[in-house]
Amino acid sequence: MRAALLVARRELSGYFATPVAYVFIVIFLMMAGAMTFSLGGFFNRGQADLGPFFGFVPWLFLFLVPALTMRLWAEERRLGTIELLLTLPMAQWQAVLGKFLAAWAFCAIALALTFPLVMTVNFLGRPDNGVVAAGYGACLLMAGAYLAIGSAMSAMTKNQVIAFVLAVAVCFLFAVAGSALVTDFLSQRMPVLAEVARALSLTERFNGLTRGVIALRDVVFFASFIGFWLFVNAVVLDHRKAD
Amino acid sequence: MAALIEIERLTKRFGAFTAVDDVSFTVNRGEVVGFLGPNGAGKSTTMKMLAGFVTPSAGTARICGQDVIEAPVAAKRALGYLPEGAPTYPEMTVTGFLAFIARIRGFSGAEATERMARAMAMTQLEGVRLQPIETLSKGFKRRVGLAQALLHDPPVLVLDEPTDGLDPNQKHEVRELIRRMAPEKAIVISTHILEEVDAVCTRAIIIARGKVLADATPKELEAPGKTLEQVFRDLTLKQEAA
Repeated sequence: MRAALLVARRELSGYFATPVAYVFIVIFLMMAGAMTFSLGGFFNRGQADLGPFFGFVPWLFLFLVPALTMRLWAEERRLGTIELLLTLPMAQWQAVLGKFLAAWAFCAIALALTFPLVMTVNFLGRPDNGVVAAGYGACLLMAGAYLAIGSAMSAMTKNQVIAFVLAVAVCFLFAVAGSALVTDFLSQRMPVLAEVARALSLTERFNGLTRGVIALRDVVFFASFIGFWLFVNAVVLDHRKAD
Repeated sequence: MAALIEIERLTKRFGAFTAVDDVSFTVNRGEVVGFLGPNGAGKSTTMKMLAGFVTPSAGTARICGQDVIEAPVAAKRALGYLPEGAPTYPEMTVTGFLAFIARIRGFSGAEATERMARAMAMTQLEGVRLQPIETLSKGFKRRVGLAQALLHDPPVLVLDEPTDGLDPNQKHEVRELIRRMAPEKAIVISTHILEEVDAVCTRAIIIARGKVLADATPKELEAPGKTLEQVFRDLTLKQEAA
């Protein structure tokens, strides 16, 4: 664990040493703000909550998180530093976990910088801040799930564009798996698969959490989802590291 | 005493292509082995397998008795490795980078500072310690890679082309450094430069198309009144013709 945290620390400072961090944060904040206030009708709703914000964050993350993860392993390959990193005395899972934790901490920073929204809603009305906190937790879990998928995709290819497109596609699949469109289609033809799709959907669980319903099984689901994709990442890395 | 590096029937196949074919040798403390061969001969692949980066198709290697496949972390602890091209994180400063390596290698506080200072002194990096690595010249970058490999004073050093890209003075310094460290360590260096083998190596292994063609002291190879260059050309070209 110690080595994983050291890798995470180095990674995180690497984000801020390049423009990646600033571009990501600025774009995220601008789009989150614009969507919440204009498309989400924050003022017109007459409700003191962050519903519109939490409604848009997963869709923003769908594109922004893969942009963050596409370079995760691809960049190490391009620079050749993957050879340095994986010949240091630590297990491979520590490198995988370290990179994931750094990216996750970075997403947490980006989310934390949306604090003016929380201040605004508290200034204008009396929101249930417990629900707001649960919503932020849900956003973080969603980011973690997308990050885990994205880093596994990045380990599969040395081409950053391919890593990005694959990550968006797979994240999208899990985001819409529980939507009426998909489940209706499947239940007409293969009812078994419809159940599976609903069970694997990220969005359903995310919506439950943002309503303030913190069900243990949803949290466990996100944790095992992240764990599974990190495991895939480690396996893929072990097979393809030297390619 | 067991050899510090033991390579046993190491083989690596990429599809139908055999990059390293049944290579075996051992290196004892005090030896500096020069790993010679044309480009694509399998030098780097052998070194990558020794460092635990490439998984062998068959055979294995041990560093200080630790198997690189069964006990990879213990083997990596005893090894200082300079990968081909000396990769480093460009946005980090020299001290930042070495501090990261020191911490991963389990050093902290005063000991880490001391080891970093020693590694930087050995590779003459003090003048650029606070510069980002991407702003450094090729020679300095290579020395940062070298400092990283020497930081924990490992018993085994595997250096893939340690003098590539250095000017003649820097080459001389790196060779001096290797010669100074040689008595306590087992060192493997790969190189294209034959004079380097004469200058620092106690033993030369010539490899081509993944096979070991010769394994002897530079003197023995030159024995029948030939230069090392002639021996190298004879061996490697003969094999290509076959």
